[in-house]
Amino acid sequence: MSGFAKPLKIALGLAVIIGLIVIPMNFNRYGLFILSQWAVMTIAAMGLNLTLGYAGQVSLAQGAFVGIGAYAAAIMTTHGWPLPAAIVVAIILSFAVGWVLGYPALRVQHHYLAFVTLAFSTLAFLVFRNESWLTGGIYGISNIPRPHFFGIATNKPLPFYYVCLGSLAIVSLAVWWLIRSPWGRAFMALRENPLRAQSLGIDTRRYTLMAFAIGSALGGIAGGLYAPLTQYIDPVPFNLSLSLDLLMMVIVGGAGFFLGPFLGAMIAVLLPEWLRFTEGYYLMLYAIAVMLLLIWSPTGILGILDRTMAARRTKAASALRAVAKSRLETVQ
Amino acid sequence: MSNLFDLLVAGLATGAIYALVAVGFTLLWQTSQTINFAQGEFVMLPAFLMLAAMHAGAPFWLAIILGILLSMVLLGLAFKMLLVDPMMRHGVLPLAIATMALAIGIKEAVKQFFSAEASPFPSIVPTGDISILGHAVSLQSIGVLVLAILAVFGLTALLNRTSLGHQMQAAAQNPTVARIIGVPVERMILLTFLINAFLVALASLLITPIYLAKFSSGEVLGQAAFIAAIVGGFNQVRGAIAGGLLIGVLDNLAASYVSTQYRAAVPLIFLILVILFRPQGLLGRAEERTV
Repeated sequence: MSGFAKPLKIALGLAVIIGLIVIPMNFNRYGLFILSQWAVMTIAAMGLNLTLGYAGQVSLAQGAFVGIGAYAAAIMTTHGWPLPAAIVVAIILSFAVGWVLGYPALRVQHHYLAFVTLAFSTLAFLVFRNESWLTGGIYGISNIPRPHFFGIATNKPLPFYYVCLGSLAIVSLAVWWLIRSPWGRAFMALRENPLRAQSLGIDTRRYTLMAFAIGSALGGIAGGLYAPLTQYIDPVPFNLSLSLDLLMMVIVGGAGFFLGPFLGAMIAVLLPEWLRFTEGYYLMLYAIAVMLLLIWSPTGILGILDRTMAARRTKAASALRAVAKSRLETVQ
Repeated sequence: MSNLFDLLVAGLATGAIYALVAVGFTLLWQTSQTINFAQGEFVMLPAFLMLAAMHAGAPFWLAIILGILLSMVLLGLAFKMLLVDPMMRHGVLPLAIATMALAIGIKEAVKQFFSAEASPFPSIVPTGDISILGHAVSLQSIGVLVLAILAVFGLTALLNRTSLGHQMQAAAQNPTVARIIGVPVERMILLTFLINAFLVALASLLITPIYLAKFSSGEVLGQAAFIAAIVGGFNQVRGAIAGGLLIGVLDNLAASYVSTQYRAAVPLIFLILVILFRPQGLLGRAEERTV
């Protein structure tokens, strides 16, 4: 991305942010729902990007953490607790479950986290479905209230979209700070070369575990927003396919890029909607599009951008070298 | 006791089918580091190809042959050339994600072009019961078990007793050295993809009469095969066989002795225990760490 001049980058970023605030003002209910869903899924995908893109661990349970957050929020808010309190509980719960899950898995061997999370994902689904006393079983939980902030009700789609967008902004800033902190650098060291990181004195297991638990906690936040967004939850949306979808979002957007989850979630949430006019074919076309994209660029959309930037930089640099060389020759 | 005996036979029959699918899964992993998340859909599709052939007027035996051949072209040849070959050198994960997309694509295509409803599928084994040691056992279970065991024995004989099998193993274990001693590695990899396609088509033929042909039936199957492969040992064909049989039996016993609600949880908890205490799988070799 450093190919852009910095002011241009800032201007572009500001334009996107203002666009996200202003343009949806005259969207209909469905458009706002889809856009809110994009914001929520981006948060979950950002969490997975921390685990996968920065710490190099595959988690197949991010959808289960979204489920844990959603059920925590649904149960608490229908019992009269405010949403922020419920989200705090969702964060603590997903972080703790992630830690307990990751601790034994990472003890054994590196890539076993993927297998353990695969099993956990289905176990969590079974608990959501079978423990009806807590989760309402297959009938789910309905009438989930949307919160009031400073006396403003967010029942209508537009105010709640701003709640989702605001949460996305807060989470983005936190993640931005995290990956620039020494912790974030340690995560990347784990991905690039775990043995070297270990020999440099980084407690690899603890940092990997931390990245996974923080990533899971972000899944919990996404779930905490998902419940009031749909106002009704049942176990079906939180099965293994959500975890696989989220994994697909991270890879398609570009794992290890800060903006990857934003683009990946956009493709996964918006592209099927745009393809709706093809009726029964839309998911098929979506699947083909994802396969073609990955064949073209296995590092995702931002991988393409990254490569063009790098190519341009090399070209510019070699042009400069050529100029410098010819100057040297004329001086001599 | 008769109940337990029935459960064991039924469990072994489903387990033998899981084993077929899991063996194909580990073969792809060993020769080309492909983690095929569409393996369940690979089992679901051939039954529909056979049904389509029958709808077009082909007799059952011809439909079976056509279905198996078409599967080998689509799920073997086309899968390898169009998706795996261009992505193989980019590492395990992008290819695994692409197979997830492929799974969605196959599911949706079947739903769109065939039916969203479950269709019945004829059994190649006669239905009914026979009496073994005073127990009435379903002929279908016995037939499935026998056919699956024959297929597995055929495959292990091919791998361990023929020159072709040795070449395949060499290509999987050390492609560089295999190439030096003149093994056509590329052709061997293609062969494993064709064998996988044959195995899933056979599994499809055996399992669909029991569970009906439905576009979504691949999800459960794929996961069962994946778990069987990990439990048995990801890098061993005999591990996948043992894992498949074990998961099939566990699943059936759990359904009647634990609870129907949590029957699916038993193989998963077993999987977690195996990972904790024997991470290389029950019969697997520990993988060396590469720097």
